[in-house]
This record gives sequence, structure tokens and C-alpha cells, in this order.
Amino acid sequence: MNLLRSEWTKFRGLRSTWITATVTVLAAVGVGLLAASGQARQYTPDTEDWDPTAVSLTSLFVGQLAIGVLGVLAMSGEYATGQIQPSVVAVPRRGRLLAAKAGVFAVVALVIGQVIGFVSFFGGQALIAAAGVPHASIGEPGVVRAVLGCGLYLAVLGLIGLGLATALRSTAGAIGTLVGITLLVRAVSRALPESWAEWMERYWPTAAGERITHVLTPAGVLTPWAGFAILCAFGAVVGVAGYTLLRVRDT
Amino acid sequence: MASLGGMSDTIEATGLTKRYGDRLAVDGLTFTVEPGRVTGFLGPNGAGKSTTMRLVLGLDAPTAGTVTVCGRRYPDLPRPLHTVGALLDAHAVHPGRTAVSHLLALAQTAGLGRGRVEEVLGLVGLANVAGRRVGTFSLGMAQRLGIAGALLGDPPVLMFDEPVNGLDPEGIRWVRTFMRGLAAEGRTVLVSSHLMSEMALTAHHLLVIGRGRLIADTGIDEFLREHGDEAVLVRAGEQDRLARVLRRTGAELSAHDDGLLVRGLTAGDVGKLAAGEGIALEELSARRRSLEDVFMALTGDAVEYGVEYGVGA
Repeated sequence: MNLLRSEWTKFRGLRSTWITATVTVLAAVGVGLLAASGQARQYTPDTEDWDPTAVSLTSLFVGQLAIGVLGVLAMSGEYATGQIQPSVVAVPRRGRLLAAKAGVFAVVALVIGQVIGFVSFFGGQALIAAAGVPHASIGEPGVVRAVLGCGLYLAVLGLIGLGLATALRSTAGAIGTLVGITLLVRAVSRALPESWAEWMERYWPTAAGERITHVLTPAGVLTPWAGFAILCAFGAVVGVAGYTLLRVRDT
Repeated sequence: MASLGGMSDTIEATGLTKRYGDRLAVDGLTFTVEPGRVTGFLGPNGAGKSTTMRLVLGLDAPTAGTVTVCGRRYPDLPRPLHTVGALLDAHAVHPGRTAVSHLLALAQTAGLGRGRVEEVLGLVGLANVAGRRVGTFSLGMAQRLGIAGALLGDPPVLMFDEPVNGLDPEGIRWVRTFMRGLAAEGRTVLVSSHLMSEMALTAHHLLVIGRGRLIADTGIDEFLREHGDEAVLVRAGEQDRLARVLRRTGAELSAHDDGLLVRGLTAGDVGKLAAGEGIALEELSARRRSLEDVFMALTGDAVEYGVEYGVGA
């Protein structure tokens, strides 16, 4: 409890944290709304697999990077400034230090993620409805799960950012890796032979994890929770790697 | 002041060794830092002082040997902040936080609150800048902030790495008095410095290291007596006659400027002998080989090493 209180003091004591958090929400919601109005305009009755919920939650495309950066900064800030030294002196059991930091950040990221999810959904559906295109309402089957799932997905991405920063200790390295994981690998995999590309679209952690924000589950993709489980497993691997390095390494 | 029941508040190193790549930073150090006095940890830059302190705090793991505080490895201490207070690098602070916020985050790990933070800020004279961002602090203020952090848990053992670096003369005097005050309260105080003159004014006991090895572990007075090599400088009109008188006592004489440097007699002896012979003295002063000289002689080897390989602090 003491450690959680300490980490919360650290988190809220930085202006950069609040700026990054605000930018995360604004950028993600903004992109979500743009995507909703854009795709609503392109909608024709022939559009296959029209999933207005998932369309409005496109916000996670940008949101995942921004919240991942927030997670990176929560840990890499300690290394970049040397703050890690007094932090580890105060809490020499480094696993507990990491757990407290991750715990506080998980709550913050979840709140930010849910704000993004719900604002994007309601704003997006309003735009889609205004365009006279079929839209979703929160009471329909699977919709609440998808909207909540958007926040969950973003929280896990934030934690992956924190884990990467713990393992790599450098802001630039961690953000670079994060961009690779979320955007580059998927972009490159589309250029691969079709069978490989399909496999990547199904099982690559962020691709699989995204399924939780979709109401429709077309043939050939994982179910929402199965996909999300793959993302969580990936996050756990990153977390364990960070924890192990933090424990064995000289500070 | 908190203390672990029954355990003496010492820092004990046994065969402590740390290797970074192929560089041996700390080489088989064995020492005990005792409570109730300021122990000066003296050595040139790159001698291994900071590394040793990092090993004490568990920041780095020793390659061989052990070091304990109050009988335990630092990471095994149940209440680290209440046992050891340390300032290694005043700049190792997130510049974006206010002084209060920084200290509060540290205090909370030990279950302490804002009240204690305000107390220590008062103790180090930073109460009026408590709400300022640490990034705007001068080095002197950052040092004080670091000392405040070390005091949070009112620990029986304190460790400061070059605490007077970057301080103005007033700040230096403040730190000096403060360290001695902490020791007078019965605490164990280990202070590192590369300045012999600083240690002469602050420390009661010395651990001298060079090239990662322990060169001396001794009281500062013994250290001076052993290495200080006292001499007396005397000047007189009838210098040749004075020299004959002094030589009769078996004293060793050498020319120094236009006077005589006398070894083997005290200034009082020289004065009495001169008076007995009716020789008027123009100058009579006790000369000590400076501590810096002694230090350089002892660690000269290590200093060369530092320059040659560009080893940092």
C-alpha cells in the first residue's frame, strides 16, 4: 500500500504525465471520430461486415501508441533522470517497485482507455447516425464488451510500454520497439505471401487483441476473448522480461 | 533515531570486489564503519569510492565478497529508509517534480507522510523552496535536497558521496557541521571525498582507497602522526650559530627558503635552546607536511592510473 501511494505521488507529480495523458485522449478520440465520419460516408448497403462499433473504436489505432508512450515514460523517466537510483535505494526489492509502478499505471491507463472507448463510441455513433448509416447502440449484443474492450486493450498496451522501458531502460529504444510492435510489423506482414500475412493478421498480438473491439467475428479470425488472451500473454512475456532484467542488472 | 535491536549500526565489508568488464573497480575491500564518528572515505577520483557505496546500497551486485549494514545485506533490510540514509548523486532526481513531491514519494515507501517531509526540508534549509521544481535548483540546493532525502527515515547509518561538491563556502561549512552533528548523536556517518583537506576538517576516522584497494584504515590523528612528518621552521640573524646549537641535540636540519627546517625537535624545544644561547629568533613556526602531500604520496600510483585510463569517479 505504501509503495502504491508512493508511485501515485510520482505519477501525478509530473506535468508531462498529465500533458501526455490529455494528448492521448484527444488524439485517440479525434482519430476515432474522423474514422467514423469518413467510413460512414463511404458506406453503401453492399458494404460487407459493417461493424459501426469497431469503426468508432478506430481510436485505438492512435491511442495504443500514445498510451504506450505514457507507459514508457512512466518507467524510462526514472532511468533518463537518474531517479531510479533513489527509487531503488528506497525500495531495494525491485520486483515490488515494478509491481507498484505497474499497478498504479494499470489503473490510470484503464481509466484513460475507458474514457477513450466510451467517448469515441458515443461520438462516433452520433456521427454515423447523422450520416444516415446503420449505427450501433450500447444495448445491442456484444457492444458493451467491445467498448469496454477498447479500454482494456489500451491499458494492456500501456503496460507493454512500461515493460519495454523496464527491459530497455531507454525512452527512444522502448518507443521504437513499441512502434515496431503496433504498426511496423503489421504493415510489413501485409507485404508477405498471403498465407503468412493471414497468419500474422490472426495471431500477431496487437492484431489478435484488437478483436475485442469488434462486435462481428468474421470467419478466419479469433474470437474476441481468445484474441485478447494472446495480447495479454504477450504483455506478460514483456513484463517478465522487464522484471528479470531489473532484478539481475546493476542499476 | 531508529535502530535494529541488538545489531550494531555498522557498515561491514569483507573482501568486497567489483569488476566492470576487465576493469577492477573495487578490489578486496575489508573494513568496518563504526557509529559515533565521521568516517572519511578518501581517494582520488576513480578510486572506487562511489562504486563501494553503490555496492553497500545494493544498486550494483558485488563480483565477490559481501557488504552488510546493521548485519544485513541492504536489500534484506526490513525498513531500508529507517536504517540507512544515503546521498550518492544529487543530480539523480527527476527534474520535473517539486522538492515536496520528490521527497513525499520517497517518504511514502516507508509509511512516512508530508509532516516528515516538511521537517527534513526545514532541517536542510529548503522550506522556502519546497514547491519549486527540482530542475530549477542549483547544485548546492540539490545537495541539500539529497541530504533531506537521506534524513527522512531518521536512520542510524548515513552515507554521503562527495556532499560538498559544488557548494559555496557557507554550504561547505554547513555540511561539515551537520555531518559531525549526526555523528555526535551516535550515528554511523560515512562521507567520501577526494579532498584531503576537507576530510581533515570533517572526519574522525579515515578509510583511504586508491585503485580500488584499501590503503589506510586509521584515526585521522594517527594518520597525521604517522605520515604527517612534523618539522619546525626557524629563522634567526645568527643562523649558523643556531644551526650548531640545534645540531648538538641530534636534530636533523635542512635549508628552507632563507631559514632552517628542523626535524626531531618541537617548536618549544627550538625556542628554549635559542633563548639559552641568547640567539634572537626572527621566525619560529611548526610545519606539517600537508595532508594533501601525504595523500598524494600514498595514492600517487592510483592517480596516474586514473589519468592514464581516464577512469571516471
